[in-house]
Amino acid sequence: MSQTDYDQIVQLLCDRLADLSKTPEESISPETNLITQLSIDSIKLLGLIMEIEDAFDISIPINALTDIQTVHELAELVHKIKSAS
Amino acid sequence: MNLLEKLDAAAAARKSLLPDGIGAFGIPIEEVYSATEARIGDRRVLLLGTNNYLGLTFAPECIQAAHEALDKEGTGTTGSRMANGSYFGHRALEREFADFYQCSGGIVFTTGYQANLGTISGLVGPGDTVLIDGDSHASIYDGCILSGADIVRFRHNDVADMEKRLRRLGERVETTLIIAEGIYSMLGDQAPLAEIIELKNKYRCILLLDEAHSLGVLGETGQGLVEKTGLLKAVDFITGTFSKSLCSIGGFCVSNHPQLEQLRYVSHPYIFTASPSPATIASTRAALELLRKGSHLRTQLWKNCTQLYTQLKETGYQLGPDPGPVIAAILDTPQQALLMWRSLLEHNIYVNLILPPAAPEGKSLVRCSVNAAHTSEQIKYVGDTFAKLYNLVKS
Ligand SMILES: Cc1ncc(COP(=O)(O)O)c(C=O)c1O
Repeated sequence: MSQTDYDQIVQLLCDRLADLSKTPEESISPETNLITQLSIDSIKLLGLIMEIEDAFDISIPINALTDIQTVHELAELVHKIKSAS
Repeated sequence: MNLLEKLDAAAAARKSLLPDGIGAFGIPIEEVYSATEARIGDRRVLLLGTNNYLGLTFAPECIQAAHEALDKEGTGTTGSRMANGSYFGHRALEREFADFYQCSGGIVFTTGYQANLGTISGLVGPGDTVLIDGDSHASIYDGCILSGADIVRFRHNDVADMEKRLRRLGERVETTLIIAEGIYSMLGDQAPLAEIIELKNKYRCILLLDEAHSLGVLGETGQGLVEKTGLLKAVDFITGTFSKSLCSIGGFCVSNHPQLEQLRYVSHPYIFTASPSPATIASTRAALELLRKGSHLRTQLWKNCTQLYTQLKETGYQLGPDPGPVIAAILDTPQQALLMWRSLLEHNIYVNLILPPAAPEGKSLVRCSVNAAHTSEQIKYVGDTFAKLYNLVKS
């Protein structure tokens, strides 16, 4: 998978996160922290994961999320799983 | 933020919801009068928030059995099932559960929570996968986490969604455990077991069904959803608890797979904890006997469930999809739920308050649990009170 795929993932995440956190999309960047900056709680995150799984037709085990803090880290995880599938 | 400050922050968040400190959680029950009544503060309240589905908490047979065991075997086993904590009663109860479910084996655990922890962590490990319903009980989530397996969730009771996820697992389905519940504890709805089994067979997975809330409640002899649907033989492992219809504490797992026995040697929640006390086991054995013969109790229970579900529905409350002993009014905000909960208590009715994140999809619930010992007058009083309070939450 290429940089374009990664960018596409970030784009989708920013779009969905803006909606979930009611934050303007412009203020979300790859460095944004999901919990401290966007107040994405565990329930919202689990819902988001299901949406991403469906969007990219992949399986993201929720135990892989324990170390995820930023948009970039989540995008990288999705990218890695998508590349391997 | 240090560790203690993090706890302070959580406490502050809770306080903002419960400003005057009236604790809806962990409310002290001062005295219990019967399966349906107790004292909270200076109020004699009607209990509509217990899991006492068959109303057996004061069954004389269970009390007598517990007394005798206490006198004969003492207050506790002081040891693990693995060491000195497997008495005759523990083994007898295992045989009785196996017999009840027509299975070759059964294991007794110290709680239902541990039954799920022990069974799941014994069946799967790192590199394996668990495919669980999104609304699974915390004991299922925690068992999955303890196991180290990859955890994939499907949308609640959505078999099409489940199949999509099975398909994505590819060859990994071979080491996948699917987990569902007979009756879900939040909204009281039942798993679509026939469809789940169809998929389990198609993808050749193993299925674990937690009958915690359905034991004693569904099926002619009270086996649960497996009996109601006639699909007992198709489920690989069944777990359940003694803490609801059996009115004590403890848990079990039964199966026809001979590998079940191996769980005793690999499952930390089985090994590294003391076994249930002799009195607990004795009352559970007596209660299981009553449960098996208790079709009259189930008839009464279902009469009560239908009466309350129908009345709340007709009043206009949004409820779970299936009538049953767990009847949850789904409210828009935590504030509404809290107001409703308090007003019910002021009318001497105790129900459960469930706020996010415990309730699914960020909902807030005022949840009633109906039992076989409630009289139809009591149920009517609860229904009438809900009707009277409807204005509080009407949107
Ligand atoms: C679905 C489910 N499984 C397991 C348990 C755990 O049971 P126990 O109270 O015996 O620990 C519960 C109890 O809340 C439950 O609702």
